[in-house]
Amino acid sequence: MYRYDEFDERFVRERVAQFRGQVERRIDGSLSEDEFKPLRLKNGLYLQLHAYMLRIAVPYGTLNSRQLRQLAHIAETYDKGYGHFTTRQNLQFNWPKLKDVPDILGLLADVEMHCIQTSGNCIRNVTSDQFAGVAADEVEDPRPTAELIRQWSSLHPEFVWLPRKFKIAVTGASHDRAAIKVHDIGLKLKRDAAGAVGYEVIVGGGLGRTPMIGKVIREFLPKDELLAYLEAVMRVYNSEGRRDNKFKARVKILVHETGEEEFRARVEEEYARLDGPTINAPDEEVRRIAAYFAPPAYATLPETSAVLDAARAADPALDRFVAQNGFAHKQPGYIALTIALKEIGAVPGDMSAAQMRAFADLAETYSFDEFRVTHSQNLVLPHVRKDDVPAVFAALKAAGLASANAGLITDIIACPGLDYCALATAKSIPIAQAIAKTFADEKRQAAIGELPIKISGCINACGHHHVGAIGILGLEKGGRENYQITVGGDASEHAALGERLGPGIDAEDVPAAIEAIVETYLAEREGGESFIETVRRAGIEPFKAGFASFLDDRAPASEAAE
Amino acid sequence: MTLITEDGAAEDRFTRADTLEAALAAEGPVLVPLPVAADYLAKRPGAETGISVPGATSIDEIRPHLAAAALVAVEFPGFSDGRGFSLARKIRREGFAGTLRASGPLIADQFADALACGFTEVELPETMANRQPVQQWLAAKETMSVHYQTGYGTEPSILQQRLTARKGATR
Repeated sequence: MYRYDEFDERFVRERVAQFRGQVERRIDGSLSEDEFKPLRLKNGLYLQLHAYMLRIAVPYGTLNSRQLRQLAHIAETYDKGYGHFTTRQNLQFNWPKLKDVPDILGLLADVEMHCIQTSGNCIRNVTSDQFAGVAADEVEDPRPTAELIRQWSSLHPEFVWLPRKFKIAVTGASHDRAAIKVHDIGLKLKRDAAGAVGYEVIVGGGLGRTPMIGKVIREFLPKDELLAYLEAVMRVYNSEGRRDNKFKARVKILVHETGEEEFRARVEEEYARLDGPTINAPDEEVRRIAAYFAPPAYATLPETSAVLDAARAADPALDRFVAQNGFAHKQPGYIALTIALKEIGAVPGDMSAAQMRAFADLAETYSFDEFRVTHSQNLVLPHVRKDDVPAVFAALKAAGLASANAGLITDIIACPGLDYCALATAKSIPIAQAIAKTFADEKRQAAIGELPIKISGCINACGHHHVGAIGILGLEKGGRENYQITVGGDASEHAALGERLGPGIDAEDVPAAIEAIVETYLAEREGGESFIETVRRAGIEPFKAGFASFLDDRAPASEAAE
Repeated sequence: MTLITEDGAAEDRFTRADTLEAALAAEGPVLVPLPVAADYLAKRPGAETGISVPGATSIDEIRPHLAAAALVAVEFPGFSDGRGFSLARKIRREGFAGTLRASGPLIADQFADALACGFTEVELPETMANRQPVQQWLAAKETMSVHYQTGYGTEPSILQQRLTARKGATR
């Protein structure tokens, strides 16, 4: 993975000192609260419902054991002993004190980490495929591109005061695990007819209160022109994006209101005027960064492991874990393992300091000292020898991290919701917990198969409910929490927004409603179809009908209860 | 109003005049809104003139006046409205070599970025200057000594410095 050089080191240290100075100038009155707010946000510091929240950047979701141990130390020293992995591959601490934040930033800098631009109206932490460098369907590893963008976007002199936040995702694979079509900019590494590597550039996707699928603005951008082209897109957006209404300020609205053709023309006009060769990273720099992401020193191994096969035959739990949480590695004899932070009844994405330390040891011993954070609030050990999987599984079990439910109905994404968030209109974590308990039976989960549920506690959609195969949106209606359910959302290369099944329902009815939707799926399913494949083929109507009859059945019971 | 350059507080030689009449009546160099500029320069050809433009203005509207302007003042309606930064870049790209002023309630924390985008000075409302005196601006400008982006400011970017260091090492 990438390591800081003297420049990166100095940059992050100076940024810590700069923020310390900004806190001091807020306290002495030089900065008003209104002026300080965006400065602290651009350093990841939010004021939440009960306390400050500090969001730490995990660039493209890659971490090492030393960093995780430091996060464990921070969790114990400055928080309540745990951290929370987010849907943008970051980590949040929910209870830091303002006065401690500069010290926490110093501890982060000690392990090459920071909170730069994890919030605020600027280019946010860049995200990528959690299986980068692992997946066989990759044109090229997306992480060097993501690191180049991390550097280029950090404290950019021109683009720190954008109309609204701006999120960039990169993938190098044909199967999109980075949700590039629902980002402000999505980049997909591809080859042109001559075999040269470049990017498909997608602009104007996003979720939030006006969900939209991004538009392809450039079919093929030569790889070495990336930064100049990004600058052109950002300059058009910074100049022309709406600033009169924060709900219409994202680039997706500009693309939508301007029209795809006209937006493309404006970007190309700007691109033609700027000085590309000066802006773009020199080839030496691109290669310098890429060298950090060279494959680790794999052993030469046979594709199959007799050790693992025997252990799986002897231990059904291990067998289920590997079948569900394993991901094919392009290197023979290796496997990537998803560690679902989704124990039944736990808070999605939460990890205790003890678990962090245990997991850090595993990454160090068994995965070339590296792991990934996924946008599903899970972790990945990217390079595990198949021979080592039984030992890894045993250690995960001891740490309470061996849930064999990656991608299943209990692997739920949920925003912090009303338990933490000042914007939330409804709870989301307790809904996730209730659904997980309903479907706790492992055989039942396995029979249902892949079914990503995503829950947001308000229309800002941090839980990405629009792109959940089942999406749940918590709202407030007449003083009660009310949940709208959508079906058919998809964040992959088949990107689609979910469609509402009917009127909203009460919190206590949500688990039974999900059961009803699952029953419809199991009745409609043909062959080995996954849930989303059935929805794509059969359409939304059977699900609407199933949901309507669920509501009819509920009605007499509710009246009797009143 | 307080005027701050990278060397510290400076005296404002320009007088703001919002109408043609006021501009013609003023002594010394004047700073006029963009719609007044053409008429003023027709009456006072060659006069040292400043043009004031809102940050939202299109470069196409400004371009015809740049050759005759000694100063362009980009007006920021609020410190968090970043349009002026992009407009500064576009004005410099047109070859404008005169004084480029950021005018409005900016904060000291933006000074380095303003200079990097091509501004030469900041014109602050007095209330702001009282809370954030010139020393804070000069100190804030120095907090970050390196930057990644090439083509901003006068110092070489981190990417350029790496390249130089590598060439030195292989020589």
